[in-house]
Amino acid sequence: MLFLLAVFGFLNLSAQKYFPKNDGIKTKNDNYIAFTNAKIHITPTQVIENGTLLIKDGKVVSSGSSLTVPTNAIKIDLNGKHIYPSFIEIYSNFGITTPKRSFNFNRRPQLDATRKGYYWNDHITPEINGLDKLKFDNKKSAELVKAGFGVVNTHFQDGIIRGTSALVALNSNDGNDVRILNGKAAQHLSFRKGNTSQQSYPTSLMGAMALLRQVYHDAKWYSKGGATTTDRSLDAFNKNKNLPQIFDAGSMVNSLRADKIANEFGVNYIIKGGGDEYARIKEVKNTNARYIIPIDFPAAYDVSNPLNEGLVELKDMRHWNQAPTNPKVLADNGVSFALTTTGLKKVSSFKNNLMNAIKHGFDKTKALEALTTVPAKMLGQSNLIGSLKNGSIANFLISSGDIFDKNSTLYENWVQGHKNVINDMNLKDISGEYDLKIVGNTYKLKLSGKPGKLKSELKKDSLKMDSKVTYKDGWINLIYIPFDEKEKRFVRLKAVVNESDNFTGSGSLASGMPVSWSAVKKPTKDSAKDEKKKANKKVEDIEVLPVSFPNTAYGLSEKASQETILFRNATVWTNEAEGILKSTDVLVKNGKIVNIGANLTDSNARIIDATGKHLTAGIVDEHSHIAAAAINEAGHNSTAEVTIEDVVSDDDINIFRNLSGGVTSIQILHGSANPIGGRSAVIKLKWGESADKLINPNADPFIKFALGENVKQSRSSNGIRFPQTRMGVEQVFVDYFQRAKEYDVEWKNYNKLSKKAKARTKAPRYDIEMETLAQILNKERFVSCHSYVQSEINMLMKVADRFNFNINTFTHILEGYKVADKMKEHGVAGSTFSDWWAYKYEVNDAIPFNAAIMHSQGVLTAINSDDREMSRRLNQEAAKTVKYGGVSEEDAWKFVTLNPAKMLHLDDRIGSVKVGKDADLVLWTEHPMSIYAKAEKTMIEGAIYYDLDKLPEMMESIQLERNKLINMMLKAKNKGMKTQAPKTKKKVELHCDTLIYQQ
Amino acid sequence: MKNIYKSFTYILLLIGTLTYAQQTPANKQDASILITGATIHIGNGEVIQNGAVGFENGKITYVGTTEGATSGTYKQIVDASGKHVYPGFIATNASLGLAEIDAVKATRDFDEVGTFLPHIRSIIAYNAESKVVESMRPNGVLMAQTTPRGGTISGTSSVVQLDAWNWEDAAIKIDDGIHINWPSAYQQGRWWLGEDPSFKPSKTYSKRVDEVADFFHNASTYLKGGQKEKNLQFAALKKLMEGEQKLYIHAGREKEIVDAVNWAVKTGISNLVIVHGNEAASVTDLLKKHNVSVLVPRPHRLPWAQDDDVLGPFKLAKNLSDKGILVAIEMEGQMERMNTRNLPFYAGTYAAHGLDKEKAVQMITLNAAKILGIDDFAGSLETGKDATLFISKGDALDMRTNIVEHAFIQGRTLSLETHQTTLHKRYMKKYNNK
Repeated sequence: MLFLLAVFGFLNLSAQKYFPKNDGIKTKNDNYIAFTNAKIHITPTQVIENGTLLIKDGKVVSSGSSLTVPTNAIKIDLNGKHIYPSFIEIYSNFGITTPKRSFNFNRRPQLDATRKGYYWNDHITPEINGLDKLKFDNKKSAELVKAGFGVVNTHFQDGIIRGTSALVALNSNDGNDVRILNGKAAQHLSFRKGNTSQQSYPTSLMGAMALLRQVYHDAKWYSKGGATTTDRSLDAFNKNKNLPQIFDAGSMVNSLRADKIANEFGVNYIIKGGGDEYARIKEVKNTNARYIIPIDFPAAYDVSNPLNEGLVELKDMRHWNQAPTNPKVLADNGVSFALTTTGLKKVSSFKNNLMNAIKHGFDKTKALEALTTVPAKMLGQSNLIGSLKNGSIANFLISSGDIFDKNSTLYENWVQGHKNVINDMNLKDISGEYDLKIVGNTYKLKLSGKPGKLKSELKKDSLKMDSKVTYKDGWINLIYIPFDEKEKRFVRLKAVVNESDNFTGSGSLASGMPVSWSAVKKPTKDSAKDEKKKANKKVEDIEVLPVSFPNTAYGLSEKASQETILFRNATVWTNEAEGILKSTDVLVKNGKIVNIGANLTDSNARIIDATGKHLTAGIVDEHSHIAAAAINEAGHNSTAEVTIEDVVSDDDINIFRNLSGGVTSIQILHGSANPIGGRSAVIKLKWGESADKLINPNADPFIKFALGENVKQSRSSNGIRFPQTRMGVEQVFVDYFQRAKEYDVEWKNYNKLSKKAKARTKAPRYDIEMETLAQILNKERFVSCHSYVQSEINMLMKVADRFNFNINTFTHILEGYKVADKMKEHGVAGSTFSDWWAYKYEVNDAIPFNAAIMHSQGVLTAINSDDREMSRRLNQEAAKTVKYGGVSEEDAWKFVTLNPAKMLHLDDRIGSVKVGKDADLVLWTEHPMSIYAKAEKTMIEGAIYYDLDKLPEMMESIQLERNKLINMMLKAKNKGMKTQAPKTKKKVELHCDTLIYQQ
Repeated sequence: MKNIYKSFTYILLLIGTLTYAQQTPANKQDASILITGATIHIGNGEVIQNGAVGFENGKITYVGTTEGATSGTYKQIVDASGKHVYPGFIATNASLGLAEIDAVKATRDFDEVGTFLPHIRSIIAYNAESKVVESMRPNGVLMAQTTPRGGTISGTSSVVQLDAWNWEDAAIKIDDGIHINWPSAYQQGRWWLGEDPSFKPSKTYSKRVDEVADFFHNASTYLKGGQKEKNLQFAALKKLMEGEQKLYIHAGREKEIVDAVNWAVKTGISNLVIVHGNEAASVTDLLKKHNVSVLVPRPHRLPWAQDDDVLGPFKLAKNLSDKGILVAIEMEGQMERMNTRNLPFYAGTYAAHGLDKEKAVQMITLNAAKILGIDDFAGSLETGKDATLFISKGDALDMRTNIVEHAFIQGRTLSLETHQTTLHKRYMKKYNNK
């Protein structure tokens, strides 16, 4: 049925007093409107049972149960209907076009900003006012009004800092002079760069985070007069500081990331989440932030073709099952949040989804708050919107009953005193059973459903006839094919509905002959009985499967916990002077190795019989790219400002797969897109813990550098960025370090000043990139450099020498064997591949003997992976150094344990089996470097995170749960619910040289 | 006897230090050789302890116990006590010699433009002097099927031995089979064009399958004769249609494998091999029924989906072998040419996860030979077959003990030096002389 939206201009608000008027006389309508006999929900918790609401000039004048209604008031008797404040859409691009991304791969990258007088990055546009771009969208407005919304907060959804939003009443009667409630309602931010500009930087999520931080620093510096030129962006940013700050995070993990930035700069973000907050609700709760939550629950996957069911991963099936609990989980945990229609393909599905959330336990009062008082408060507009307190804008809904009741009808949505009819409340309910009399026949006519969606059933005795009823504007029209009609022609009847319960009307017979007819209503059955029947009808069972950590296959229902464990009778590879100990016990307690020896006892310990097995320190991978949402920030040739710590992903299945290969610690390195890359994250693979708990708090800070083909964009057809040669690479380093040195001096001098002098002196600009590089110069941060050929290796050591610091590690370092003596002299370690070569020109001289040669010359040597697959068999890769170059087995084993631990400055805690060190241990089925070895148990700090014996059990439970969910989705499909095509959601896989923008 | 052995290795060392880059292919076997005292891995699953292998004029003349060998009749005796002798390992579906440096386009010769390319032949592009190829020998990889990539029918492969002056000398079976990349039943959106990167059922699958069927239908019609002009593409299928070539269908998913096998059977192709076969274990009945063998991928890969068995890729060979399928290991994948030397360790990894160790050896020797159709002269240590074999210090499937001391192809004593060993020695010499 077509949606009917009629608007009646009860009040004339449009003309201002001081405006001239040339189309008539300048009169004024001073009448009130009083809604009487209504259940008025002033706020979700303040309700007047039988009251009157008085409005005038688009505002609420007063309300109450014993209100004196002024004489010049139009009275509307609501007969027990409900009045609610209308809803607030706090997150929208209503009336503001979002630019689309253009894909042009032959285009040269745009390295710099296009604008002058604004910030140096085009994606920072706090100076944009959404209001300037707003074109009131009547169609969209009607949709929102129909869904119960009265105001919308709209902004330009493009860029990282997107400028201010406008708070707009969905009033299509008046102009912007009336309906714009606030021209600068909030400032909007995101992690996503815009499509307006093609400026490359930032190419990654971590780049966007670093950029945001730099803006905060720059804005402060600018406000203190640091800049010599005008920057309209920073100027606007400072002016927007006191507005509500709304951050489009778009997912639970990104919400946590946004909150991290908020905390660093003492701002409070109102975070637009992703609807998946339930998966890590504790962390979400701990942000103490306020949220805007979408309810775009996914449709079930169509798994009716068994060949395709394998495409849908358990995590996505679960999300289908669990997402509708999200609002309830948030509310139960005391998180303050507003709801949004964002993400819904159709605004009209908002109510259905909300009802679904309520069915899943979301409290109705909380739901109403999330649409009224909460967003009003977030916007600082509680006095104007979100309630029906005196003085509020007259934005309200009239409903037949409880607004969140399935059977209630929403009649009207008033916006600024203008009536919008959604369902005609004056339309009489004519449902019931009738005796229809026409040309001597009596038929049974049954009308059912709400007035707006009336259905008919017409029978002669038990014989059903095709019929259709329409009921509109007080007329009933009925067409049907009579039982004895052979040519399938229609009888067409019409009648006016009046006070009487019966109809009398006219029409045409199938033959076209005019006819008159009547219908007499039969007494209604006992409806109380029906109600009871309904109530007794079993409430539909809703089964919601439990969340795991992470909420994917192989996730843990309970996080792994520390145990007291006694490994009995193992062959222990100590990596210490004791070497390999046979028939030895190792006791683990409180996360530490507490005893190593023979016949150990501990009455509290769980004993693991390790007879015939080998116990070693956990594998440490110096060069990994797993468990990260971004790897390369490729927008600049130096990106020391970015850090992988910002983008650690705790739900990457490769964490678990690495554990299956005995890996316990990794360094997630930035990629090799640029000479000065980003900062590392050194993490422990504590599968199940959240990202911030994976990060090893004891690790020194590291940074990735890179040399060679990748940084000079050798395989890019349109590379224009400096450097394009190895000669240029050197100059990048020299230039940046020289500047960092001068920067450091400038700050040191400033910091030396007395308080008084400081007050008189402008502080230098805080530059995150320079800070990071200064840390390297001050030996507080350490470099791991991607490198291949001897010339560049030698070069970087010389640059470091010149600036009086040491390169910590050369990673890859495939020609390290050619300059092992120089490396030894410089004191740099080498972390290399066992046998990779021939994949690009610069590895033409890469040899598998590299590790053995570097090791023989006294260079601290390790074998790393740089590969999510190889990383889980680094034990095999270490074994290759026995074959290639004859390294002793003990030394080879250190290549993947103690030596990388040393490179990461963590050898005081991990890397060997020694009393007092972290119990990061692996029990192997046999000699750890045997091709036949499997990791049986992988332990981190005394907690077992991987157990080969439990794997079959885990797989079985995955299969059972998949089966259950597949059946649930098939049922949903059979019920006629919407489905979506099966698919495997794939993230783009990240390698060292992955350059796409990653969200 | 010891002296002979010593002088023999001395010569080898000499060759190694004198040459740089490509090693000189060995001369024809002119003296008979007997290897004694070794653990002999026949290649058919059997092992002879304290065994001996003798060979003359490039052919194996004796395989048995050391005691049973008539050592006096051999010119050279190699004492391999405590060591292991294997048939030369065979890499299937490899692309050795078709590219030198992956990232340098000028060196890439494995992927021709076009869709149906049965007439494209890998053998003529095979670079016998590739530095990557020579790096196979020190690991015991002595033969390979060199295969084109790309296209729907990517072309015709050949089998080579890895010590030759040129491709003609290298070939041990020219044009052994034709390779089809079976259309993928699933496809991924092109994220770089803003499409959803998800994997979904392919919308063009049946259309593309039809195109393959059409091509074959047209070819077989053409081959009946009657056309005036020669069609090189259709003509290239002649040997296949006559049953003299194998058809290798590269397919991974259950649906693709089943559709491919059913199509091939219907088309009258009996020499069928499935390459990849990730989900082949669920259709073993069909494969057995039609006598289809499988070339399984390298186990060093990740499970397809997050929900899959974490250790799944390591178990495929066992799962198929247990059901009686003839299985060998193929090489396609990331850095496949340089990684082909890890073939023994792929077999070892499959053995680590349940496959019998000798069956693992068999996969990369006799099974591979059978599938490639070279088992009448290669693939196992049996009298009359080519003396293509090597001596390893220990278990050749384990990297710690895969120390190849001698290797022979068709009886010729190979150099085990490579570009890489040369650089090793060059720089160790530099440091030692300091």
